[in-house]
Amino acid sequence: MTIQTSLGRRGFLVSGAAVAGGFSLGFHLPFDESVAHAQAVKELNAWVVIHPDDKVVIRIARSEMGQGTLTGLCQLVAEELECDWNKVTWEYPTPGENLKRNRVWRNFSTGGSRGIRESQQYVREGGAIAREMLIAAAAKQWNVPSAECSAANSTVTHKGSGKTLTYGALAAAAAQLEPPKEVKLKDPKDWKVAGKPLKRLDTVDKVTGKQIYGMDHTMPGMLNATVRACPVIGGKLKDFDASKAEKMPGVKKIFAIDGNAVVVVADTYWQARTALEAVTTNWDIGDLGKVSTATINAMLKEGLDAKEAFVGNKAGDAQKAIDGAAKKVEAVYSFPYQHHVTMEPMNATARYTADRCEVWCGTQNGEAALAAASEAAGLPIAKCEVYKLMLGGGFGRRGRSDYVRQAVLAAKEMPGTPIKLIWSREEDMTHCQYHPTTMAKMTAGLDAQGNLVGLHVRISGQSILASLLPQNLVNGMDPIAFQGLMASGVEAAYGYDIPNLMIDHAMRNPHITAGFWRGVNVNQNAVYMECFIDELAAAAGQDPLAYRLKYLKPKWAAVLKAACDRAGYGKPLPEGRFHGISQVMGYGSYVAGVAEVSVSPDGQLKIHKITAATNPGHVVNPAQIDRQVAGSFVYGLSAALYGEITVKDGVVEQTNFDTYNVMRIDEMPDVETVLVPTNDFWGGVGEPTIAVAAPAVLNAIAKATGKRVRNLPLMNSDLKKGA
Amino acid sequence: MAVLNVNGKAVDYNADPDTPLLWVLREQLGLTGTKYACGIAQCGSCTVHIDGAPVRSCSVPVNAVGTQKVVTIEALAENGVLNKIQKAWVELDVPQCGYCQSGMVMAATALLAAKPNPTDADIDEAMTNICRCGTYQQVRAAIHAAAKA
Repeated sequence: MTIQTSLGRRGFLVSGAAVAGGFSLGFHLPFDESVAHAQAVKELNAWVVIHPDDKVVIRIARSEMGQGTLTGLCQLVAEELECDWNKVTWEYPTPGENLKRNRVWRNFSTGGSRGIRESQQYVREGGAIAREMLIAAAAKQWNVPSAECSAANSTVTHKGSGKTLTYGALAAAAAQLEPPKEVKLKDPKDWKVAGKPLKRLDTVDKVTGKQIYGMDHTMPGMLNATVRACPVIGGKLKDFDASKAEKMPGVKKIFAIDGNAVVVVADTYWQARTALEAVTTNWDIGDLGKVSTATINAMLKEGLDAKEAFVGNKAGDAQKAIDGAAKKVEAVYSFPYQHHVTMEPMNATARYTADRCEVWCGTQNGEAALAAASEAAGLPIAKCEVYKLMLGGGFGRRGRSDYVRQAVLAAKEMPGTPIKLIWSREEDMTHCQYHPTTMAKMTAGLDAQGNLVGLHVRISGQSILASLLPQNLVNGMDPIAFQGLMASGVEAAYGYDIPNLMIDHAMRNPHITAGFWRGVNVNQNAVYMECFIDELAAAAGQDPLAYRLKYLKPKWAAVLKAACDRAGYGKPLPEGRFHGISQVMGYGSYVAGVAEVSVSPDGQLKIHKITAATNPGHVVNPAQIDRQVAGSFVYGLSAALYGEITVKDGVVEQTNFDTYNVMRIDEMPDVETVLVPTNDFWGGVGEPTIAVAAPAVLNAIAKATGKRVRNLPLMNSDLKKGA
Repeated sequence: MAVLNVNGKAVDYNADPDTPLLWVLREQLGLTGTKYACGIAQCGSCTVHIDGAPVRSCSVPVNAVGTQKVVTIEALAENGVLNKIQKAWVELDVPQCGYCQSGMVMAATALLAAKPNPTDADIDEAMTNICRCGTYQQVRAAIHAAAKA
C-alpha cells in the first residue's frame, strides 16, 4: 500500500472545525494555518492521522447522531493504536473521497445499530496497523529489531536501552513505511480503552451552543429556502400562484421542483417561510384523497384472514396442531404509523454549478446522499461531494435523502449560490417515511396442561422494502417484515422453540411512504409476540416468566432471567404496583425488560421503574450503552403512549408536537441497565431495547387492570376501572 | 435597523418587527446555538433568557423584546469557564445528539437560579423541554449534581 494524501481538505476542515468548536467557517479561508498544517501531516492509514504535537485524529465513516458511535469507534481504534486517549480527536472523511479511494472506509450507512458491530474488525485493524508502523519507524531510527520495541500511551519504547519516542515524533517517518500485511488484534480481555465507560468526545460543544448541525451551516452569499410539497404523499403540483409572495421582503425566487413542491428562496428562512404562506397551490391528488386511517385499517383487516401470505418462519404443522388443541386462544393486535420526530427538522445546503455540486447536511448515509445529489444535479458522482455535519437526531429518518434531493434541485435554480433548504416542523411531520402500520392475528393451541402446541402469527400490513427499496424484495417477500420473528440468523431471530409454528405476512401497502424507524419491525413484532405470550400464560394459568422459560432458547432466556432477577420479579411489590416483562433479540443483541407500573382507579398510568438487561456480546462503552438503553425507553414509551400518525383525505393529520405528543421528563421512569455480556459476538445497542418497552408496560397494565390493550397507542385506551 | 440587548451588548438587526426572536438570533446575529425545532413553543429547543427568565424565543416577536436583556447559550460560560449546569452536563455526559441541549441547559440554568435546590417535582415542572434521544434521566441527575456543586 502506498501512502495516500489525497483526502478532501475542504471536507475535512469543515468537520474538523466543527469538532474543534471555533472557526466553523474554516473552509472559506483556503490559506489559513489549518490548511497548511493539514497538508504537512500525512496519514498513517485511512483511519489514523498523527500530528507532530501527538494529536491523534481518528477518521469515522459512520454518522454520529447521538448514539455514541463515534466515541465507541474511536475507542476501538485507540485501543489497538496504543495511543493516549486524551490526545484523540476525530473527523469525518467525505463520501466522495471514499469512492475515489476505492471505498477504503467501506460502508458509511449508519442504521440498524450496525456502526460498531459491522466495522469493529476493520477499524481495529486500522489502529493496529498504524501502531505497527510507528513501532517499525522507531526501530528503524534506533537500528534495533521491531520485536524489541513496544508501544503504549502514544510512546514507543526500546526494551533494552529504555529509549523512547513519541508518536508525534515518529508519525512522519512511519507514514513512509509499508504497512504490515497482517496484524493480530487484542483479546478483548486485555482492553484498556475499549470496554471502559469513557466520556463522549462530542459533549462540550453541545453544552455551549458551538456544535454546528446542518441547520446551523452558513456560507458567504448563502440564501435560505423553504418548501411545501403536496400534502398528499404521491400527489402532484397542478399550478401555483406566487404573485403576492414574490413582492414580499427578501424574496429572491419562487419555483416548483420535482412536479410536486413549491420552493421559496429568500434572504432569511423567516422571510421564505412567510412568503411561502402567501403562495397558493393547486394539487392533483387523484384517488389518494379518499384514503383515511379507516380505509387503511380495512385494508389491513382483510389481510388478517387472506389466503395468500409470505411465509417467514415455519415449523411442523401449526394449523393442524391448533385445530386439534384442547384450547384455542385468539387475539388481534394493531400498531399505527409513527413519526421519528428528530429534534432538528430536515434540511440541507447545496451549491450547484454546471460542473460541480456540493451538499452540506446531516445524513445517516453519506454515500446515499452523494448519489441523491448526483442524480438531482444531473452530474457524474465524481463532480459531486457531500460534507457531513452533526445530526440533530436520525432514528432512521436521515437515512433517506429526499431533503438532499430537494436542496440540490433548489440550488440548480440559482447556479453558484449556496441554498440552505429548511423544512418547517409541519412539512417534516407530514412528509416522512413513517414507521409502517401493521396488524397481527395471533392464534394458538394449548394442550390440557396449557402447553403451547401450535402458534400462527399472521401479520398484515405495510412493507418498508416495498416502499423504499423494492429491489430488495425477495420474490415479492419482504424478509425484514419478520424482524424479531425470523427462523434463524444473527440479526433478529425468534427466541421461542415451538413445535408447530407459522409466521406469515400478508403485505398490504397504502400510499403513505413507510420507512426505517429506530427499532424498525422488531418493535411491533415484539408487541404482538410478547403480549400474546402473556395472554397464553394467563390462559394456561401460569406465570408469564415461567411460561416463557419453557420455550425460550438459552441466550434469550438468560437475558430475561437477568432482568427479572435484578428487578426482583416474583417478590412482593409496593401496594398497587405490578411487573410486566418482555424480551427480544434484535440487531444482534439479546435484550429484556421488566416494567413496574401502577394504574389509579381513574385510569392514570404511572411507569415507576424499568429494569433492562442487555447482552450485546462485547461491551465497547458501558456508559454509552446505559444511555442508549435509558433513551430507548423514552423513544419506545413515547411511541407506546402517544405515537400515532393518522390520515384523513389522504393527508397526514398531525403537524407538530401539539398533535403528535412525546414523553417529557415528568413521565420518565427510573431506568436501571443490567449488562450481561457473554463476549462471544458483536451486537448493536442503539435499537433493540426500544422493542421491549411497549410490551413490558402493556403486560404490566394487563396485570394491574385486568385489561389487555391490543391497539397502540395507549392514549386511545381508557384504563379507568369499569371503563 | 433596530437594536437588541443580547449577551450584554447592544446589537443591530434588520428584520420585520414580527419576526420571531429565534430567527433574528440565528440569522441576523449568527447565534446558532439557539435551535429551531417546533416553532410553537412546545419543545423548548429555542429557550433563551429574557431578563433572567427562560423564554421560548420561537414565539416571541422581536419587537416585543424592547430593551430587555437577552442571554443565549453562547454567553453562559464566562471567560471560557462553564457555568454549574454546563459543568454538570459535561461531568454526567448528558447530551446525545445534543440538538435540544442548548434549550435544556438554558432551562436548567434558570431553574437553578430560581431554586438553588430543586426537588424532582420542581424539575418536572420546569423542564418541559423535549428530548427525542431520551436524555431525561441524565438531565435530572445533572441538575441535582449542579445544585450540590
